[in-house]
Amino acid sequence: MGIDVGGKVLETDEEGYLANLNDWEPAVAEAMAKEDGTELGEFHWEVINFLREYYEEYQIAPAVRVLTKAIGKKLGKDKGNSKYLYELFPYGPGKQACKYAGLPKPTGCV
Amino acid sequence: MSTLHTVNKSPFDRSSLETCLRLAGKGNAVLLLEDGVYGAMRGSNASGMVETALSDVSIYVLGSDMKARGVDVDKIIDGIKVVDYKGFVDLTVEHDKVNAWL
Amino acid sequence: MSDIKKFMYVNRTAPYGTIYAWESLEVVLIGAAFEQDVSVAFVDDGVYQLLKGQDTSELGIKNFSPTYAALGDYDVNKLYVEKESLEARGLTIDDLMALKYEDEDDDWAEKDSIHVVPAAELADILEQQEVVFSF
Repeated sequence: MGIDVGGKVLETDEEGYLANLNDWEPAVAEAMAKEDGTELGEFHWEVINFLREYYEEYQIAPAVRVLTKAIGKKLGKDKGNSKYLYELFPYGPGKQACKYAGLPKPTGCV
Repeated sequence: MSTLHTVNKSPFDRSSLETCLRLAGKGNAVLLLEDGVYGAMRGSNASGMVETALSDVSIYVLGSDMKARGVDVDKIIDGIKVVDYKGFVDLTVEHDKVNAWL
Repeated sequence: MSDIKKFMYVNRTAPYGTIYAWESLEVVLIGAAFEQDVSVAFVDDGVYQLLKGQDTSELGIKNFSPTYAALGDYDVNKLYVEKESLEARGLTIDDLMALKYEDEDDDWAEKDSIHVVPAAELADILEQQEVVFSF
């Protein structure tokens, strides 16, 4: 499987996650969102960038509970709750946002 | 919480038996199986620590694994009990949890 | 989940030589995602998992040592290192990564996750567990 990003086809796994972390660029997230019928705004990007930084530091995609807590700490309580995150990423903040961020599926996420 | 520890590697290949005996609580049971049965033999460099441990833990060895490896009952350290598969099951049931050392 | 169990993961292998250390860490994170009472022990060569300064860049494999620092976020903050194993390898706690967590019940004060304990104390801790996984 793959995803077409500006004419270049990048390899993905059977669930649409990017096969190679290093293939990621912002256009990848936009292409994935478009396939899901979503347009990315400033608040989506806050979460996507946060996830990329988290991965850079800890080498894992955080579980939803951990993500929620950490977002709350960094971006404020009004954003650190599942209602807010699910509104942004209705397919699940763990799965969908990690996918857009080019990360593997969160550990423990089935 | 009573614990059954299982050790399935030779004491000359891995430190699992030594570490298991070091960390087993008083009154715990230790079952030697597969290549772990060599740890039950008398007169080896590992026998001393096993004999010492017998004052704190009960040690069992799986008969079928001994037989398969030519380890005779006569060669087993005094105080170690030989069990069959049914005995293995009984031990598992009698204890609250199993700690399978790798 | 109402039924919270005490889970202990016992690590006895060094990283990279075999897959056990990484597998164990993944299982710990999965267990923690289910909000169980998790603790982790590092015994024998398992203490090498926590050494500072790991760099796998020349091996082309993932350096997962930074992931231990995320354990605090997963509320896994009881990491027991067996004193005897550490000393047998000529190491002290200063050779290990300084892993911390923030204590929710103490105004988010930063505390050490790693506790160096002698074998007898670790044996007692093992006794208190309901489920033990060995790696």
